[in-house]
Amino acid sequence: MSDALLSIRDLSITYHSQGRAVPAVRGVSLDIEKGGSLGLAGESGCGKSTLANSILRLLPAGTEVTGQITLDGKEVLGLSPGGLRAVRWTAGAIVFQGALHALNPVQTVGDQIAEPMSLHRTVANDDAAKDRVVELLRRVGLPAARAESYPHELSGGQRQRVLIAMALACDPHLLIADEPTTALDLMVQAQVLALLDDLKEERNLTLLFITHDLSVLTYACERLAVMYAGRIVEEGPAWEVFENGSHPYTRALAAAFPTIGDVGSRMAPSGLGGDPPTPGDLPGGCPFHPRCPLAHDACLPAEPELRISGEARSAACVLV
Amino acid sequence: MTSIAMQRRRATASRVWAQFRGSRQGMIGLAVLLVFVAMALAAPLLADVRELNPVFARAQGNPQWAPPSVFPPLGTDYIRRSVWAQFVWGSRVSLFVGLAATVLTILIGSVVGIVSGFVGGKVDAIFMRVTEWFLVIPFLPLAIVLASVLGRNVWNIIFVIGITSWPSTARLVRAQVLTVKQRLFVDRARSLGAGGGHIVAHHILPNVSGLILANATLAVPISILTETTLSFLGLGDPSAASWGKTLEEAFVNGAMARNAWWYFLPAGLGILAVVLAFTLIGRTLEEIANPRLSRSR
Amino acid sequence: MRAGVTPLVEVEDLHVHFGAARAVDGASVRVLPGEVLALVGESGSGKTTLIRAIQGLQKPTSGVIRVDGTGGSSPGHVQTIFNPTVQMVFQDPTGALNPRQTIYEIVAEGLRIKRHAGSETEQVAAALSRAGLRPPERFFPLYPHEVSGGQRQRVVIAGAMVMEPRLLLADEPVASLDASIRGEILALMRRLVDETGLAILVVTHDLGLAWNIADRVAVMYLGRIVETGPTEQILENPRHPYTRALLSVVPETREMEQQILTGEIPDPARIPAGCRFHPRCPLLQSGDLPEAISSRCPIDDPGPTPLEAVSAAACWAVTSGVDSTAIGLNPG
Ligand SMILES: Nc1ncnc2c1ncn2[C@@H]1O[C@H](COP(=O)(O)OP(=O)(O)OP(=O)(O)O)[C@@H](O)[C@H]1O
Ligand SMILES: Nc1ncnc2c1ncn2[C@@H]1O[C@H](COP(=O)(O)OP(=O)(O)O)[C@@H](O)[C@H]1O
Ligand code: SF4
Ligand code: SF4
Ligand SMILES: [Mg+2]
Ligand SMILES: [Mg+2]
Repeated sequence: MSDALLSIRDLSITYHSQGRAVPAVRGVSLDIEKGGSLGLAGESGCGKSTLANSILRLLPAGTEVTGQITLDGKEVLGLSPGGLRAVRWTAGAIVFQGALHALNPVQTVGDQIAEPMSLHRTVANDDAAKDRVVELLRRVGLPAARAESYPHELSGGQRQRVLIAMALACDPHLLIADEPTTALDLMVQAQVLALLDDLKEERNLTLLFITHDLSVLTYACERLAVMYAGRIVEEGPAWEVFENGSHPYTRALAAAFPTIGDVGSRMAPSGLGGDPPTPGDLPGGCPFHPRCPLAHDACLPAEPELRISGEARSAACVLV
Repeated sequence: MTSIAMQRRRATASRVWAQFRGSRQGMIGLAVLLVFVAMALAAPLLADVRELNPVFARAQGNPQWAPPSVFPPLGTDYIRRSVWAQFVWGSRVSLFVGLAATVLTILIGSVVGIVSGFVGGKVDAIFMRVTEWFLVIPFLPLAIVLASVLGRNVWNIIFVIGITSWPSTARLVRAQVLTVKQRLFVDRARSLGAGGGHIVAHHILPNVSGLILANATLAVPISILTETTLSFLGLGDPSAASWGKTLEEAFVNGAMARNAWWYFLPAGLGILAVVLAFTLIGRTLEEIANPRLSRSR
Repeated sequence: MRAGVTPLVEVEDLHVHFGAARAVDGASVRVLPGEVLALVGESGSGKTTLIRAIQGLQKPTSGVIRVDGTGGSSPGHVQTIFNPTVQMVFQDPTGALNPRQTIYEIVAEGLRIKRHAGSETEQVAAALSRAGLRPPERFFPLYPHEVSGGQRQRVVIAGAMVMEPRLLLADEPVASLDASIRGEILALMRRLVDETGLAILVVTHDLGLAWNIADRVAVMYLGRIVETGPTEQILENPRHPYTRALLSVVPETREMEQQILTGEIPDPARIPAGCRFHPRCPLLQSGDLPEAISSRCPIDDPGPTPLEAVSAAACWAVTSGVDSTAIGLNPG
């Protein structure tokens, strides 16, 4: 794809902690075109945040990263520290998981939004920065007076808006949102999702959206990628993947959030047995086989590769 | 069943020990401390206690102000006593006072901190008011006044140190109790019908004990230094030859002017070494006591 | 209410105030044996406070809480009670487990407090396997940080179930768990209800959860139940404008026109006069209401839903028979 804003090829990321290698991401390739949106789903520990952080090279030192990440035409993994600083915030910006901890408790919200702007010198002076802060706050639906507030004076939803305002400060092309709504209630989640939707339209923003709630992704994104044990196991148009997953894991995730009114799921919660896999200690063959209701002998010899499962769709399962 | 629990406890203990062993500062501290503890325990074997008595020293025909080259291993003082004997027997007194005062400090501090933090309300308000009083009264003058009023003996010194240094422990423990009390597992125990005693014993104490232990190791050097200060100011027990007492006598009798380094240096270095050892151990324990930092999933 | 069945818990006109904040402000709820009642609403609506009051962890300001037919607190004379027939499951299983206790000790704790007769080991093993942790012996010596998040929630459930409760209060039991684990825990809860006649009052803002396991739903707004009824009715045919708005923003119900309420739930210290929902009510704002009703909303309080009601909505439009479904929300 030539007009891809973000293009990842064969990315592998291994943490080294206490003498153990933790392969968190194992050979992931994906593309997001300009103005497009991709939802990344998967359960806790499958490598979503690791992948997201690698795009802006935010991983802890000593982490092994191989493969290729191209963002806005730049080779992220080969960038000099100066080039990297330019890419962070201006080419891509990230909204972190856990709005509570991502904000500095002793600094006003306004100062925190202004910080990346002065760091990257995108504004002329302090007054210009102030104006921009007010504009950004208004854009995310907060009154200008909120610039003077401290994080603890805001509700969870308001804090999440502040984080989004921060991320937008340098007009990034790619916005990475790592579980931006997980801690929020239904109504506030809807407000934040609507805000992201508007921004996408208005600024031609490209979105990488991460959460384990498939239904939210389906609502917020055009395409969907499902990760399991550090790999993408299914990818395709969001609504189709959600409604009609090819991979048994996708179907299990989708079934976890019932459609209200669907008689089949009434009084029949659907879940997946077994435990999430431990990176570094994966079962052989298809890593999903211990939990897969369709597992059979053909699943054991080798880990299935992604293959075409429909129009613009692919899945990694021997049954595809 | 409790055997399984015991096994796990033992496993925890050995894990703590393994972690401790992995820390260089902790092991250095422990080694230094063991040397001094061994010295204190073996004092009767290392030096004749009668050497502390000037009459005995004169009868032995010891020289006066003799440097180590003349009277090995550490020379003599202004009244012919062996400095080595003072150093060896002094370690006993200093360590004993330091440990005993710490026990008192930690006991008062923990009880006040736990009761205050757990019970809350009026009790907390009263306890914290009292604690603040103790904190704002300058510590050393209070200790000096108390020591001179109560009289100069070892038990009074211990009492004075204990009574003046518990408030910071109490505050620390109370803060920790307040956060533990908020944790969901305390609510869970309440829903199971647990009373205050059960909650303190099974949920609060195990979660503050690490802090208390680390605090205790850090309180020992402070107690030793306080004893030294009091002795140096002439408020120590005249009959107990602590390192602080040695320093005071050396100072008063002009060891500095005479350049009799062998008289004051051993006691001074001994205090420094023990204080450092406890601080190193305390720091290490503090790091280990915070399980959330060391074992992340 | 089924005839002749004594409710397991009845909460009548309960008030819990924190200073000026009226966190619970006249809520009435009833749970029958063997049923699951889902209490839904935005955060800050008072759900947690209500169930903490039932558990006896929170002193009510006034109102009645009757557990198993026996009066706990009565108006004017309020006291917190402990009742082993009521147990709690918490939102955050990691926080609900003491990191210094083994799983065995955690599950046995209730038995020890209760000085239960009989074999402790057997009962702990039975509770663990009933909660899906098999073989139970494998879990005895483990500490909470050594098992997964879903297993931790099972431990919490096992710890509550050893007390042989008749009512389980569950506060967002799956909110902190992964999608793949969620269904398993919900299935476990439903199975306990069906097999042992347990009743569950589950607090959630996840309407899919209610659809998955609840017999009835009560919708809470600013300290009160504003709509209550059988699950199918509330989720497929809601009448209160607040319930309709909540339902419209569930991501799966994409066909519905979204009614994203602006702002957040008001400060419980400043509950609006009249209908407490009127400043955010899309039905009122649509201007389609007859004048007789729309003039009433800002001044007249429609009052809480009554305890006895099987199905009720505290809204003037509903009680005057206006078809609220005709306005705003359009199910596809
Ligand atoms: N700094 C690190 N050192 C060692 N291992 C790590 C580190 N950070 C993450 N991991 C491990 O890498 C794997 C992937 O973690 P990651 O945070 O990317 O998961 P995630 O999919 O974002 O999960 P969640 O939904 O919980 O946010 C996990 O097994 C995790 O324990
Ligand atoms: N201990 C407390 N002190 C003061 N206000 C409280 C306290 N507990 C809860 N509240 C307030 O009461 C309201 C309801 O809270 P809660 O019951 O936790 O709601 P929910 O569980 O529905 O999210 C909120 O506005 C909350 O801030
Ligand atoms: S390859 Fe086999 S085990 Fe893996 S998802 Fe497909 S059917 Fe299941
Ligand atoms: S009473 Fe009026 S304001 Fe309140 S919910 Fe009904 S229509 Fe809306
Ligand atoms: Mg993550
Ligand atoms: Mg709550």
